[in-house]
Amino acid sequence: METKKVSKVDLIFEHIDPRELLTKVHGMTGSDIIEEIIESGLKGRGGAGFPTGMKWKFCAEEKEKTKYIVCNADEGEPGTFKDREILDRVAYKVYAGMTIAGRAVGAKKGIIYLRGEYKFLLPQLRMELDGFHKMIDEVGYDFEIDFRLGSGAYICGEESALFESIEGKRGEPRNKPPYPTSSGLFGKPTVVNNVETLVNSVIILKYGSERYKKMGTRFSTGAKVFSVSGDTLIPGIYELELGMSLLEFVKEFGDGDTKAVQVGGAAGFCVPRKLFASTVIGFEGVPTGGSMMLFNSSRSMYHILHNYLEFFTEESCGQCTPCRVGCQQLLKGVESVKKGESKSTYLNELVKLADTMKIASKCGLGQSVGNAFNSIVENFREEIIY
Amino acid sequence: MVSLKINNQPVSITEGSTVLQAAEKLNIHIPTLCNHDDLCVAGNCRVCVVEQKGARVLAAACAQPAMEGMEILTNSLKVRNARKHVVELLLSEHRADCTKCYRNQNCELQTLANEFSFGDHIFLDLVSKHEQFIDNTSSSIVKDDSKCIRCQRCVRTCSELQKISAIAVSGKGAKMKISTFHDRPISHVVCTNCGQCVNRCPTGALTEKNYIDYVWDAIYDPDKHVVVQTAPAVRVGLGEDLGYDPGERVTGKMVTALKQLGFDSVLDTDFTADLTIMEEGTELLSRLKKALVDKDKETALPMYTSCSPGWIKFIEHKYPEMLPNLSTCKSPQQMFGALAKTYFAEKRGINPENIVSVSIMPCTAKKFEANRPEMRDSGYKDVDYVLTTREFAVMIKQAGLDFRTLKPSHYDSLMGVSSGAGAIFGATGGVMEAAIRTAYEIVTGKPVPFDNLNITPVRGTEGVKEALLKIEGCLKEWSFLEGVELKVAIAHGLTNADKVMRSISTGKADYHFVEIMACPGGCIGGGGQPIPTNMEIRQKRIDAIYEEDMSLPVRKSHENPEIIQLYNDYLGKPNSHKAHELLHTHYIERVRN
Repeated sequence: METKKVSKVDLIFEHIDPRELLTKVHGMTGSDIIEEIIESGLKGRGGAGFPTGMKWKFCAEEKEKTKYIVCNADEGEPGTFKDREILDRVAYKVYAGMTIAGRAVGAKKGIIYLRGEYKFLLPQLRMELDGFHKMIDEVGYDFEIDFRLGSGAYICGEESALFESIEGKRGEPRNKPPYPTSSGLFGKPTVVNNVETLVNSVIILKYGSERYKKMGTRFSTGAKVFSVSGDTLIPGIYELELGMSLLEFVKEFGDGDTKAVQVGGAAGFCVPRKLFASTVIGFEGVPTGGSMMLFNSSRSMYHILHNYLEFFTEESCGQCTPCRVGCQQLLKGVESVKKGESKSTYLNELVKLADTMKIASKCGLGQSVGNAFNSIVENFREEIIY
Repeated sequence: MVSLKINNQPVSITEGSTVLQAAEKLNIHIPTLCNHDDLCVAGNCRVCVVEQKGARVLAAACAQPAMEGMEILTNSLKVRNARKHVVELLLSEHRADCTKCYRNQNCELQTLANEFSFGDHIFLDLVSKHEQFIDNTSSSIVKDDSKCIRCQRCVRTCSELQKISAIAVSGKGAKMKISTFHDRPISHVVCTNCGQCVNRCPTGALTEKNYIDYVWDAIYDPDKHVVVQTAPAVRVGLGEDLGYDPGERVTGKMVTALKQLGFDSVLDTDFTADLTIMEEGTELLSRLKKALVDKDKETALPMYTSCSPGWIKFIEHKYPEMLPNLSTCKSPQQMFGALAKTYFAEKRGINPENIVSVSIMPCTAKKFEANRPEMRDSGYKDVDYVLTTREFAVMIKQAGLDFRTLKPSHYDSLMGVSSGAGAIFGATGGVMEAAIRTAYEIVTGKPVPFDNLNITPVRGTEGVKEALLKIEGCLKEWSFLEGVELKVAIAHGLTNADKVMRSISTGKADYHFVEIMACPGGCIGGGGQPIPTNMEIRQKRIDAIYEEDMSLPVRKSHENPEIIQLYNDYLGKPNSHKAHELLHTHYIERVRN
């Protein structure tokens, strides 16, 4: 597998002239824009990695007049804090990305669903948005952005639960299909993109897909903002090319005693030291929305797993059986094995349950609980039992 | 049309259908739980998961659209394992005291457990970890969260069918539950006690409040004379709980069963349904006169029927400004109750103190109605105990009666004879039809101009029905109605009631008379009727009700000989002072949440 060394770039936070770019984009047709994004190979930066250009294309093909661009700024994945930084420093690039997406698919309305805990950013964001609206108006765009605030539920980062929340309902994921591009917010065709994805579309249109593709690997083009935390001497936000091996990553960020890295937050995978060299960070390996949590040998993997399970047990919306009850069973299950109330072989049943949750849950939340659970139980079984 | 394969069998089905529907077409059974014919798709229990070849995850058959070229497996190893897990998970959060549960042997979770998870439980018991709270504050409905499996059928019922949302989802994750506004007791929220949620709950989490033992105690008390009344819809529903197909009329056997259970007088709510027509019809005519002749602006029109206690509570909560439009007539149950301890007691020479008045109703809201403080005009509690059709079936089973072999018999006299007009009260449009049969004849001296008295425009299961009846050839005293086009509307299910209320309050509709029943299909679809329910079952019950009507010698309320006798001997005439004292009531404004 193709892997790369750690390579820092500075594109997301680089200051650009949005008027210049949006003037250029205003001269492009919707399909030109979409072609450029498809060509770049950009995949969603929220974690799921759906090809962005295809998403825009599907939405553009819908005949419905009213369409929406929704920016998912409900950054709730444990260990992820990159969107906050992006919104704090270069919000105008998020607005620009939404405007470009709107132009590409034929939407006139954009909504940023901002994590409730990020409410403190709002006055500044609104002020910047006022200026931005004036600018795009002058350039000739018919596009308007508004904010909606979350109220602290992790599940509302799931795109269809996010729509429900904006619509004033309880944040519960919908059945899919229909997908957002055909029936999203208020039942209208909707593009919903992560904050960072939208900024990437700005980068692509500024520098061209050819240059963009030179970064990263064939399956994971471009760079990504990582939120590095845990047992590291240099926690923080780093923009790195995709496709490096986890070993390279740990050499750069680890404290010399890294025993595992949780890639992709609580919903992601726990990679043990023995697999660092063979693990690629990217869509061909272990994908991540940006969360990289490093753990050294002083950490109990049982406590880490327990913490994740407590998180999911609380943050499941509770709608579907596998997720609502499954999370509780995994949590109570590891507790009972730890206490010796259940046999250690009960872990095998729990792993099977986690497998069921992966395929039978209604949405991505329940489907990803098994990632963390199985990767920790399989690699650190003795720490869970004893 | 789209073509797909399910378990390698090709099937074509109209676009927009689900995989579940496509499977049904092939007679392939896919188990479901949160799915219900009357409700929108939820796709949340995940019992119906199926494998789609090439897909990473399983799909919920109830929610997955059938698509061209799909290859679906309903019984692959992946599906079986997942389904078993799902059932096991549901069981782990459900207090499975099956042998003691009211829903034993009529529980959808139990059926699934029998199919998928016999033997040892895999997972830990979570019920004890949950707060075990049983809300029995309501006189109609008991909510036991420890048996709830969170399928949200009740939530969808309450919002979609009834537009009330007295119960909704609160909390998330492990704390997610079905709750009321601020977790208040059911008795203190906007709940109308209609019991439609009870009808659709797959387990014993929502049940009617059970009064069976109180009734047995009364029956076995030698000092008590136990009078029982049976609502029109019971005779076309009861059979379903005793092994009959939907739509079987079991009137005669039911009467025999009541006698064998030990009730002292077996009487009929249909009788007071006829009485309601006399009182309500007269009230309508007098309101029309006040409005049309006296030009009295205070007279509220349209007049709304008041037989359905779920509807009454709905309007008290949601449209209190329209309470003057409600007929002041008590429901047939309560008219019966007031007469049982006065007229009946007097005629039979029984001390009303020793009468225990029991009613058997297709309804859970009737339990609440009987407990309303206003309902004591006889000087006693007019109706002591209300049993649902289901509770009645339980009593029959407890008594060991072989229902099928019972010989049919007739109701006792005095308050046991009824007309076909009384019988059709049980179906949506029935009160309207019965009222028109009588009012038209009072006004014109002629029977309604419809074949066999069947006023078909007011029949059927359309949510809101409207009809126009031109009144011609009036008798002299009713000449002010000559040529008047009587505009009527009929709605069943409170969502439809709400539509009608909105169009009236916004001035879009100007009816004279509106019939509203809280439950879909009318009382035959009541919250106390046998479980399960769906459109097909309700239609069969409705058909049976109209058969009952046709089978009776008297078809018009005012021709019921016992009604004529009641007015001659006791009440005087309709809307008389005495009738008002015993048969009419008033309403109160209630909270909106």
